[in-house]
Amino acid sequence: MDRGRRAPDAPPPPECALELRGIQKRFGQFRALAAASLSLWKGEIHAVVGENGAGKSTLMNVATGIYQPDGGEVLVNGIPVRLSSPRRARELGIGMVHPHFLLARRHTVLDNVLLGLPGVPVLPDRKALGERIRGLAGRYGLPVDPDAFVWQLSVGEQQRVEIVKTLIHDARILILDEPTAVLTPSEAGELFGVLRRLKADGTSIVFISHKLEELLEISDRISIMRCGETVGTVTTRSTTTGELARLMVGRDVVLDQTPGAPAARGTARPLLTVSGLSAINDRGVPALKDVSFDLWPGEIVAIAGISGNGQTELTEILYGSRAPVSGSFRLGCDAAPVTMSPRRAIGSGISFIPADRRRTGTAPGLSITDNLLLKSYREPPYCRAGFLDRRAMHDHAAELVDTYEIRCACLDQPAGTLSGGNLQKVIIARELARSPSILIAVCPCRGLDVGSIETVRRILLAARDRGTGVILVSEDLDEVFCLGDRIAVLCGGALVGPFPAGEVDRVSVGLMMAGARCGKEGTDASRPA
Amino acid sequence: MRLVRRDAPSALRSVAAVSVACVIALGLASLIFLALGRNPLEAYRAMVVGAFGSWYGLSESLVRMVPLGLCALGIALAARMGLWNIGAEGQLVAGAIAATWVALFLRPPDWSMVWLVALAAACAGALWATLASVLRAWIGVSEILSTLMLNYVAQACLEYLVYGPWKGPDRFPYTVYFPQSAWLPLWPGTRIHPGLVALVVLAVLLWVLLKTTRLGFEIRLTGDSPSASDYAGVPARSNIVLVMAISGALAGLAGMFEVTGLEHRLPHAVAPGFGYTAIIVAWLARRHMLGCLLVALVFGGLIVGGEDVQITLRIPQGAVGVLQGLLFVSVLGAEVFEHHEVRWGRR
Ligand SMILES: Nc1ncnc2c1ncn2[C@@H]1O[C@H](COP(=O)(O)OP(=O)(O)OP(=O)(O)O)[C@@H](O)[C@H]1O
Ligand SMILES: [Mg+2]
Repeated sequence: MDRGRRAPDAPPPPECALELRGIQKRFGQFRALAAASLSLWKGEIHAVVGENGAGKSTLMNVATGIYQPDGGEVLVNGIPVRLSSPRRARELGIGMVHPHFLLARRHTVLDNVLLGLPGVPVLPDRKALGERIRGLAGRYGLPVDPDAFVWQLSVGEQQRVEIVKTLIHDARILILDEPTAVLTPSEAGELFGVLRRLKADGTSIVFISHKLEELLEISDRISIMRCGETVGTVTTRSTTTGELARLMVGRDVVLDQTPGAPAARGTARPLLTVSGLSAINDRGVPALKDVSFDLWPGEIVAIAGISGNGQTELTEILYGSRAPVSGSFRLGCDAAPVTMSPRRAIGSGISFIPADRRRTGTAPGLSITDNLLLKSYREPPYCRAGFLDRRAMHDHAAELVDTYEIRCACLDQPAGTLSGGNLQKVIIARELARSPSILIAVCPCRGLDVGSIETVRRILLAARDRGTGVILVSEDLDEVFCLGDRIAVLCGGALVGPFPAGEVDRVSVGLMMAGARCGKEGTDASRPA
Repeated sequence: MRLVRRDAPSALRSVAAVSVACVIALGLASLIFLALGRNPLEAYRAMVVGAFGSWYGLSESLVRMVPLGLCALGIALAARMGLWNIGAEGQLVAGAIAATWVALFLRPPDWSMVWLVALAAACAGALWATLASVLRAWIGVSEILSTLMLNYVAQACLEYLVYGPWKGPDRFPYTVYFPQSAWLPLWPGTRIHPGLVALVVLAVLLWVLLKTTRLGFEIRLTGDSPSASDYAGVPARSNIVLVMAISGALAGLAGMFEVTGLEHRLPHAVAPGFGYTAIIVAWLARRHMLGCLLVALVFGGLIVGGEDVQITLRIPQGAVGVLQGLLFVSVLGAEVFEHHEVRWGRR
């Protein structure tokens, strides 16, 4: 089924650990998978790329027994099998790490691993299991503390727990769905180390990602999916990001847009003036220390930083869903500081793209239409005298789905069934459709395919040129330098900058971001004057 | 036997699963009837005939449907927002007490009597629910516990009144009869009162509310994802109070209809568990407003048919309660089979 090119010097195809042939899957009338195939060789890292909604996650859910295919064949080690349940897939040595982790947050790592084990006795031997976890951790470089509580762990550590959960079943086939979307670059580097060690041990790995450079670095072969079909498989050594993007999207993608100069400030006044903001996080630890900056119309202030350094707290305070401990901020010409609430923020034209799209940004059980109107439903023309105008809502939603190329079966589909990237597009569409005066965007391009990233960046720049002030919070230095008119760094809760984009370079910003990471307490020492 | 997850249940499959569940419940309850030395088929036949087989039986079932339905509507509405109102029983009692107070002691002019009685009952039910919802909205006290506790408080108040200051002249724990102006008209030859019309109208109104109004949107949003609802700026506290008040008012009205439509005085047993059975009704109706009507009718029939076989076949009341419970458990269990497929054999 290998329809792509193979390098001429490649050896004859080795044995397949997992083979998916002509898989079909429908959801109601909607065809998510038409003829999707994948042959995973033993001991290779096989990347899968494709546009948002191409069917990558669905295909992997078929391979792990979560969805039953409507047609096609699954072969494990050359033998046709029926993956009737996730448990059956686990017994066959197939393990998967989902993009949103499935961990019980109030329990320890050990409890979580235990939960996934089959046939656990009433009184399990916790000590032995702890030893096994430590053994795996040592062998593959996955440092996890079995007795730590999940809520105490960083995102990267939680991901390691998920990997340990699969390895404890002796998974020989490991499927990772967008594992690096939530990781910092250095965490991603550590993950790659783990994957290489697993590969050396003979584990076969499927790796889904939208970050093409990353795929070129880690994978052996790459399969490209489009509209529910596998359109080709290429050998990593003989391809480039440009070719991949073209295969995925069907056209050339330009990510490096050169923004024009920001509008001259002239007589304008700042949209937002933040002074001396401090806050504590949910665990009661100081998370923001004396943050001050201002935001002018028609500019993008990019706040670079590794997540967990106060980004959540800062953006939530500005949006009004969290109260600061001290400090204040003023909007526009108002002389008095505002006490913000989400309602008030919406009323004053502040849009917010939150980091957590599944829990905060959308209501998964409500329809796409309802989610696209999550903030406008109480305003005319959608609501008159307390009654909703369903027709107006539907028309507006249809228009947004069209402009933002949201791939869905129908507008009444629950938002929770959208693919990760399409869900993110729903949020972006909703927030930008309100023509905000201030836009707070946390990692707006996380989980989007290259084509959509291009579109979203263009839309953000267009909003800026119309006079919107954008606060862009991002971990991605490319994004920060591509879009930011002024660049600041948030580390250990303290804000450095913002500096005009021309006055800082990647190296210094990278150092500032990292500086806070190693010395959590010593933020101020590593802070440039 | 293994369960295999399926993607989306079809309507047909849902109906099939619920039907099978009912059959299983009836089968299990048969064992109890057999143990009591009664023929279960005969018992079921007697129940159905008693409840729906005659105009009289049907009319009585409709009469029981009213309090069950009204309480279930309120419970279902709150549940759509993620709130558990276990207190319909107490809210019903509060409504009945307020209705009695207006009818016996306020004694407004005849033309305004029934309207004021209804208003007072709705307000009292709403107030009783508000005691719980305010605690929930501002201090975070679980409404499950507070509404449940308030049931006992309401019942205690009721008993104090009917055994004490409001006790009528004879030896029993009843008040005196209301003045005629507070009696609701009945459908000739039956005990069907205007509460039945009110129930149907309110069910349709609430259905429209959920589907087409701003408040309905907010209720569905909060029920689906509280964090997304905060993010969308939904006024969480006032909505909790408002929805619980509506929920309580519906139960309060149920109490009013019991005393002005049927009893014409306030008895100490005005709420023989209607508020609790209504929880079952709301859940079996899947929190759907119009579904509540249908399930309430079935459960109304179950009460009437149950009373019937108690007398004709001398089956104890407890056995009918067990049947109700079995129906509840098996229909809830049926939800598993809607989302899963059963496969036999090792794989
Ligand atoms: N349970 C479901 N019900 C209805 N449609 C679904 C369901 N699950 C997935 N889909 C649809 O199938 C399509 C493929 O989704 P999938 O999650 O596989 O995409 P993906 O390639 O992983 O995209 P992304 O890169 O955005 O994660 C999407 O258009 C999605 O809306
Ligand atoms: Mg996906």
